[in-house]
Amino acid sequence: MRRFILFPLLAFAALAAFLGASLGRAQSTELPSPLIGKPAPAFTLTQLDGPPAPFGPRDFSGRVWILNAWASWCAPCREELPVLAELSREAGVPVVGLNYKDKPDAARRMLVKVNPYERTVLDSDGRVGLDYGVYGLPETFIVDARGIVRYKHTGPLSREQAREKLLPVLRQLAGK
Amino acid sequence: MTMRTALLVLLCTPLWALAQPGASLDERVNALSAELRCVVCQNQSLADSQAELAQDMKREVRSQLAAGRSEAQVVDFMVQRYGDFVRYRPALQPSTWLLWVGPLLGLLAGAVVLARRLRHTPEDPHDLNDADRLTT
Repeated sequence: MRRFILFPLLAFAALAAFLGASLGRAQSTELPSPLIGKPAPAFTLTQLDGPPAPFGPRDFSGRVWILNAWASWCAPCREELPVLAELSREAGVPVVGLNYKDKPDAARRMLVKVNPYERTVLDSDGRVGLDYGVYGLPETFIVDARGIVRYKHTGPLSREQAREKLLPVLRQLAGK
Repeated sequence: MTMRTALLVLLCTPLWALAQPGASLDERVNALSAELRCVVCQNQSLADSQAELAQDMKREVRSQLAAGRSEAQVVDFMVQRYGDFVRYRPALQPSTWLLWVGPLLGLLAGAVVLARRLRHTPEDPHDLNDADRLTT
C-alpha cells in the first residue's frame, strides 16, 4: 500500500520540476524567426535620400548585408544607431535601414547625427515589415551573399551583443 | 474511427473550420482572428487586441479572405512570417504530439492505477491494514 502514496508524490515532484524549469524561460518574449535559413523576402521600396531608383534585396546579392527595421517613433532604435554604425564599420558590411511605418521627414531628422545606413528604404504601410515578421522594433537581420536570412536579433542591440553575437556570424559569412 | 480519435480530431479542429458555409466575410474574419495570436501582446488573439500590429494583421486577414484565399492559406501565410507561435491552437505535428496526447495519456495512466487499485481491494476485512480500516 505504501507504493500508492509514493506514486502521486513522485508524479507531483516530476511535474513541479518540469514547470519550475519552464518558469525561467517564460521570461523571454523573443520569438524564434521562421525566416532563418530561408531566402530574404523580396521587396522593391523607394529610398530615402538615396539614388532615385527603388531598392530591393536583389541589389545586394553576392554581398553579406544587414537589414535593420527601425522608425523615428521608436526610442530604442535611436540608441541603437551608433552600435549599428560601429558594427557595420568593424565587419565591413552594409546596413540597410527598413524605415517602418514612419514619415520621411521624421526619419531624416533622426539620422542627422548618426546614420549607419548605406541605404534607407521606406516601408510606410508596414507591408514589407509583415513579410519579415516584424513585431517589435528594432529588429536586425543578417542576410548572406546568396540572399538567405542567417540570423535575427529582436530588440535594441547593445555593444556586447553586437560584438559577441552578430560580429562572429558576419565574420564567418564573409570568410566563406 | 474510435471514440477517442474522433474526440481528438474535434479538439484540433479550428473554429473557422466549423463556421457555416454561407458565413459572411465579417464572420469569417472574426472567426479566423480568434485563432491567430497577436505577436506583440502574445496572450491575446488578433480579435481581442487593439495593438497596431494586430490591426494590421487583421486587415491582412480580411483582404486575403476577400481576395478568395482560404482560411488555411491565410494561416499558412501568418505561420511563414511569425512562426507556429502565431497559431492559438497548435497544429497537430510531431513537435506538438505530446501536447495533444499528453493529457489523454495522463487520464489513461490514472484509469489504470484506479482500476488496479479497485481490483486489489480486499473483500475480507481480515486482510485490511489499519489505514484502510479507518476509511472503510
